[in-house]
Amino acid sequence: MSSEPKRKKSGLKPTIGVFKFASCDGCQLSLLDAEDELLGVVGAVDIAYFPEASRNMLEGPYDIGLVEGSITTHHDAQRIQEVRRKCKTLITLGACATAGGVQALRNWKDVDEFIGVVYATPQFISTLKLSTPIAEHVPVDFELRGCPINKYQLIELITATLAGRKPNIPAYSVCMECKRKGNVCISVARGIACLGPVTQAGCGALCPTYDRGCYGCFGPMESPNTASLTSQFRILGQTDDQISRAFRSFNAWAWQFRRASEECKRT
Amino acid sequence: MSGRGTRTIKVDTLARVEGEGELYIKMAGDRVSDVKLRIYEPPRMFEAFLRGRHFSEAPDITARICGICPIAYQMSAVHAMERALGIKIDPAVRLLRRLFYCGEWIESHALHVYMLHAPDFLGYQDVIEMAGDHRDVVEKALRLKQIGNRLVQLMGGREIHPISAAVGGFYKVPSKVQLRDLMDDLQWALNASLDTVRWTSTLQFPDFEQDYEFVALRHPAEYALCEGRLVSNHGLDIDPAEYEDRFAELHVKHSNALHSIVRGRGSYLVGPLARFNLNFDKLPDTARQAAADAKLRPPVKNLFRSIQVRAVELVFACVEALRIIVDYEPPSFPRVDVPNRTGVGQAITEAPRGILYHRYAVDEKGIIVTAKIIPPTSQNQRRIEDDLREYAAQLAAWPLEEATWKCEQAVRCYDPCISCATHFLKVVIQRE
Repeated sequence: MSSEPKRKKSGLKPTIGVFKFASCDGCQLSLLDAEDELLGVVGAVDIAYFPEASRNMLEGPYDIGLVEGSITTHHDAQRIQEVRRKCKTLITLGACATAGGVQALRNWKDVDEFIGVVYATPQFISTLKLSTPIAEHVPVDFELRGCPINKYQLIELITATLAGRKPNIPAYSVCMECKRKGNVCISVARGIACLGPVTQAGCGALCPTYDRGCYGCFGPMESPNTASLTSQFRILGQTDDQISRAFRSFNAWAWQFRRASEECKRT
Repeated sequence: MSGRGTRTIKVDTLARVEGEGELYIKMAGDRVSDVKLRIYEPPRMFEAFLRGRHFSEAPDITARICGICPIAYQMSAVHAMERALGIKIDPAVRLLRRLFYCGEWIESHALHVYMLHAPDFLGYQDVIEMAGDHRDVVEKALRLKQIGNRLVQLMGGREIHPISAAVGGFYKVPSKVQLRDLMDDLQWALNASLDTVRWTSTLQFPDFEQDYEFVALRHPAEYALCEGRLVSNHGLDIDPAEYEDRFAELHVKHSNALHSIVRGRGSYLVGPLARFNLNFDKLPDTARQAAADAKLRPPVKNLFRSIQVRAVELVFACVEALRIIVDYEPPSFPRVDVPNRTGVGQAITEAPRGILYHRYAVDEKGIIVTAKIIPPTSQNQRRIEDDLREYAAQLAAWPLEEATWKCEQAVRCYDPCISCATHFLKVVIQRE
């Protein structure tokens, strides 16, 4: 596009491509937000495709593909197939790519009516009925959680992938992080409804540290007992609507949260 | 190129903008016959799924519209809800919100000035390539951005989708000591911002002035962030609640983002240029002096100079943050109780890219019945197309590749956030 010669792949360093689907751009921004590590990362790899940061867009294949966003259109459902073919290792970044994102709230509604709410001429809009995670379309090598992701987990994941080792990213609950921080349990001590027990760690137990209940933005932990938490929420005086809304936020389409949000309305 | 033949300027994936879009310009000689900023970022339909949620969830849900300016969404949401529910906030909370917003302005402006916009002026594809020749500049930019992020992190837990903002105040507020710990960094950031004003004024700007209708929030005592009247250089002066009476949104076929116009007039411009031109008198002395030294006086009508104006706003944000921290006394309660009740409320706040409008109606259980969100990029969209119609005509004699790059640059001056507007960008110029 420009008259300048394009930067070439060095051929020596591993290449990274960053691909966006339906999302807020926050997870890929995390890479630019890693101010202390960014120049180190770009020294170790060739950023071959990252339109948010560069107009230099090189053809694949890529060693690592980082995918942000969920699949919501026919065009994107095809594009992810192409992206998968070009990437040796495919990593999804964040709640949209891993669980369908907040836009999966449409999955319980009539999408045509939704379009009518936002757009004056609905026939101009082309979209699928469901917002779905990347793994429902193609095999994914690693799913990084969070809305947004934790940038240090991203750096760890890239480093581990380049080194060919398993990344150190725990799948236990937010409660573990709270205990390690020495927080007094806000749910036990103050009766605040908190999704911490069923939510995967990674944020550093932010919400309880800031005097509010966890809202589940890292999605379900490895073995979440959502039924037990639902009972506890009822004891704390939460209505079924409130409990259902709590499970239906940024990871609403993750099956454990989805089931919990539907069950509390049935029982 | 002579005045004959058609050509198409086409950028399939516009880079260094937030979100996904494409630019298409069709020309016959030096006449531009068609300009389309096509936003293909898929629609996410926030306004629809906000219905049925509780008002207290609005700041966290709407933040997810944009990972670059989540605080803007949180601030417009809390102010609109507080108007709907008749809530008055503590003056100390009001100042903390300004401080929180300053953090986002520093982080977002530093990102745009150095990492997204500067490579255009220096002829690089991206900041990584730029770092090869100007490592000191890039390192300074990263530290500046990091200081903005640190402020946001302290107040909101994390830089992207912070978790502390609430209708009625904050879940938790920082202590005096915690804020004072940031002062050395912010003082460094202020000096770096003054350097940024000087550095950006050494860049070469194309000669491209347009008559814009500038629209920004104006506050009687300060450079407006969250409160004030909505004013323009064409006589507009309204309360945010009257916004929808005076502005209209149009749905065009080529874009998943709605276009906004001033009713009866047409396109308008929001963002740094509009704020600087309308509120120059409210900038702190340090920022006004820095602008004067850079020979920057309102009205600035050259879009390409927005990089300089962002630098001046960086100075403002650092001065303002320091001022708030020096005088800070924590509020007695981080937030006031907000009971459920029916109401309708509107608010406009100044996102780094320009005004962001929210309107909500809630029922007696505090459940959202309707929501309306108009982000800055959709407001600028029509103006971007109007600018390109003029600018592409000026570039008729340029080789296609260079003309294409120049048009891309014009779009980037707006710091468009396309994730917001549909909630990326390709450029195409077709010459006949």
